[in-house]
Amino acid sequence: MTGTDQSTSEDLLSPLHEEHVALGAALTSFAGWQMPLRYTSDIAEHQAVRTAAGLFDLSHMGELEVAGPQAAAALDAALVGNLTALAVGRARYTMICAPDGGVMDDLVVYRIEDELFLVVANASNVEVVRDALTARIEPYDAWLVDASLGTALIAVQGPQAEEIVASVTAPEDVDAVRGLKYYAWVPGTVAGVHARVARTGYTGEDGFELFVPAEQAAGVWRTVLAAGADRGLVPAGLSARDSLRLEAGMPLYGNELDRTTTPHDAGLGRVVRLDKTDADGRPVDFVGRSALEARAQSQPARVLVGLQGLGRRAARHGYAVLASSEAGAPQVGTVTSGAPSPTLGHPVAMAYVTPEVSAPGTELAVDVRGRAEPVRVVELPFYRRPR
Amino acid sequence: MSELPTTLHYTAEHEWLEDGAPSTVGITAQAAEALGDIVYLELPAVGSSVEAGAVVGEIESTKSVSELFSPVSGTVVEVNQAAVDDPSLVNSEPYGAGWLLKVDVTSTGPLLTAEEYAALSAG
Repeated sequence: MTGTDQSTSEDLLSPLHEEHVALGAALTSFAGWQMPLRYTSDIAEHQAVRTAAGLFDLSHMGELEVAGPQAAAALDAALVGNLTALAVGRARYTMICAPDGGVMDDLVVYRIEDELFLVVANASNVEVVRDALTARIEPYDAWLVDASLGTALIAVQGPQAEEIVASVTAPEDVDAVRGLKYYAWVPGTVAGVHARVARTGYTGEDGFELFVPAEQAAGVWRTVLAAGADRGLVPAGLSARDSLRLEAGMPLYGNELDRTTTPHDAGLGRVVRLDKTDADGRPVDFVGRSALEARAQSQPARVLVGLQGLGRRAARHGYAVLASSEAGAPQVGTVTSGAPSPTLGHPVAMAYVTPEVSAPGTELAVDVRGRAEPVRVVELPFYRRPR
Repeated sequence: MSELPTTLHYTAEHEWLEDGAPSTVGITAQAAEALGDIVYLELPAVGSSVEAGAVVGEIESTKSVSELFSPVSGTVVEVNQAAVDDPSLVNSEPYGAGWLLKVDVTSTGPLLTAEEYAALSAG
């Protein structure tokens, strides 16, 4: 046995930290925060989200508000997506790229008002995104406020999420909350607290994310947890969150996405809106545009694929993908994420491979600590929820 | 934190060893807890020889994978097939039904008392 998780005293504490301690969570250091890794069992928490519901603390995520008369135009220039076209009340998955087209972070952007956007960034990238956005919107009549530390983010995910959230929502807001479309949000009173209620998530299930003031977060957490207990709601940690998103084929920054990766490499070229135009109908020259335009035209050097493990030993982040199980087989790619899938019962992984071996059905292998384990290329996602 | 059986020996790599003929090897509750839900065990074949301090197997959870180091040198005379079939036994009963190997010991590597192991893992 080697290594156990350690938390450092410099870590930021979530506004829900005391709740996690009271629930007996195993804490882990993640992106400068001390966050719950698991409360009881990774697999039980994972299965609860697939079959009932899980409650997640995502307060480590960054919340950046971009406001001003030219907020939409400023974000169109700063990000790869078309935010001018985003309606108030809706959300969009997008990215912020470097001039060379490399991904600096993947983001969810909510349009709160005509002149107010909420940009949600990964905890590990909040400073990078804040600094880049601040610089990029500077020519515009728009400004940025970092609301990360004052905002708690609580996610309720799973097939029971709507019933649970509705049960703690003020009567006058229930219809709007129940009627929310995927990637939309409404203001509402939840557990007695004024919240931004979004139908978004990172688990492959239906679910909600509640943005609430940090100082009121503990009350919301306790109320939702108590209200959902009868429906099978359990608190769920980062370990379950990672296995859930992997089954759902969702990228994790630092694994599938990084500065050396373009959105197209990750199969997410659709988020790059080369067709977006400014108020005068001219193409918007957003940061990364020329590099990504070239990338959109060229053949990819590598493709993100799903790998189904045919043995029992799971491929993990960083392992080499080989052309076959035979000795001396050449490397054809690298695993970005991998784990035994609790839902499917076999190992799954995502990997960048050369285009020639990227077709579903292709048999490859992964060097799992010195031994080649057979894998098969499969379509992503590994898991799609029944509708 | 669960209580450490004082009758066992421990290693800095979080294995435990129970003296006997043969001796029994497992991983500590602390190690099992750090790994999370264990889903796969790879153990050496019965009859194979193991060396103190050398890697003899793997313990895999959803979240991570760890190597199993043998605390002793000798010959493996039994592996816990029940734990291979249901690795959650290692989480639920790490000092009991979740044992891993029985070894005919020829020599032992550096071992710790329960008190020494507790001090080590607290630090």
